[in-house]
Amino acid sequence: MIKTDTIIIGAGPVGLFAVHQLGIKGLSSIIIDNLDKAGGQCIELYPDKPIYDIPAVPECTGEELTKKLLEQIKPFNTKFFLNERVEEIKQDNQNWIVKTNKKNEFIAPNIIIAGGVGSFEPRKLALKEAGKFEDKFLFYSVRDIEKFKNKNIAIFGGGDSALDWALELSKFSKINLIHRRDEFRGAPHTLTEIKKFEKEGKINIKTPCQLESIDGDEKINSITLKFDNGKSEKIQTDIILSFFGLIMKLGPIAEWGLNMSKKTIEVNSENFETNKKGIFAVGDICNYPGKLKLILSGFHEVALASVECFKRARPNEKYRFEFTTSSKTIQNRLGKK
Amino acid sequence: MPKITYQDSKGNSKTVEVESGLTVMEGAIQNDIPEIDADCGGSMACATCHVYVEEKWLSKLIKAEDAEVDMIDMAYEPKKNSRLSCQLVISDELDGMTVTTPAKQS
Repeated sequence: MIKTDTIIIGAGPVGLFAVHQLGIKGLSSIIIDNLDKAGGQCIELYPDKPIYDIPAVPECTGEELTKKLLEQIKPFNTKFFLNERVEEIKQDNQNWIVKTNKKNEFIAPNIIIAGGVGSFEPRKLALKEAGKFEDKFLFYSVRDIEKFKNKNIAIFGGGDSALDWALELSKFSKINLIHRRDEFRGAPHTLTEIKKFEKEGKINIKTPCQLESIDGDEKINSITLKFDNGKSEKIQTDIILSFFGLIMKLGPIAEWGLNMSKKTIEVNSENFETNKKGIFAVGDICNYPGKLKLILSGFHEVALASVECFKRARPNEKYRFEFTTSSKTIQNRLGKK
Repeated sequence: MPKITYQDSKGNSKTVEVESGLTVMEGAIQNDIPEIDADCGGSMACATCHVYVEEKWLSKLIKAEDAEVDMIDMAYEPKKNSRLSCQLVISDELDGMTVTTPAKQS
């Protein structure tokens, strides 16, 4: 069991800034996120898109903001537990115990939930029969490339992931690239390659159409596509790869006994504590009168929450408000001389 | 105020007044319309406010930009009349429009 002052759930911008606000107050923290990297929605949904409303930063991308935040919290050497999802929370006197899907256990007086809209998961195919093939013949990502050799592969999607894998897997498998419209969206170089590969007969492109059914019992035998003109086509298929992006799922958070409304957690706007003492919610996932889902609002929320975290983690010490410009203690914590 | 009708996938419909200048998505959230999740809050990043727009209104809407069409690619059962309701700004011209929600948003 890992002991810390605060367990932060979610490594988006607000979760990262939580490390800072706790750190300058002398509190330790660890941070858990279901994604394989820090940044949350900033890195997963709009790494290259500009953000214009971070105070004093006229323009930056999601990726730049994440990088800067990581740089800002570097002095605190915080441990990140990525690719990991919190499954269970339970009370232990004044503390909370957190368990993850990788069987890690943490104990702390405070939990800060900076979970955005929940954890990211691949958007799955809606067909009823899709479930039984999942992870055997139907995949939402490519982990072990060996499984995709010398097969008939149907790739669904019109974006970069679908295009990149179509090119890569066409080296050793028969590829049908299937999309609901004629237009694909990808890097210019990728689009040129796709066209070239189609001409050379290395990739078959099927558009505009959608998946009608997956045929097979123990394994996939074929799929049926329905074209916009009403025609259907059956295609021999061993493996389906589907790239319809990511969705956000609230997941286990809904089962922790917190007061919720419409997928958000209710908090007070004084210290952003939930109905459970020592559990705080900040950023997009919290809800209070006047709430705005802005990164800058999340920064404010976590600054206030960290004060209450201090009081709970150091019940015998007096909290003293300090400025980073003038506090020698804070400057030492930041490694400044 | 313009009236917008939200019809769910089971055929139930609810007509509400929505202030001009708000989006069809915001009108749904304010009026507790089911089947419109709007997880990303209107930044064209999630496709969970996907609706089908009644044909005759399509031409009255501002054309979808690339980012919206790309996001609709990700939506559940996209059709020719698919739009993201967060991109549909309500005006008097849209008074009486009906949008239908798909069976699922994710």
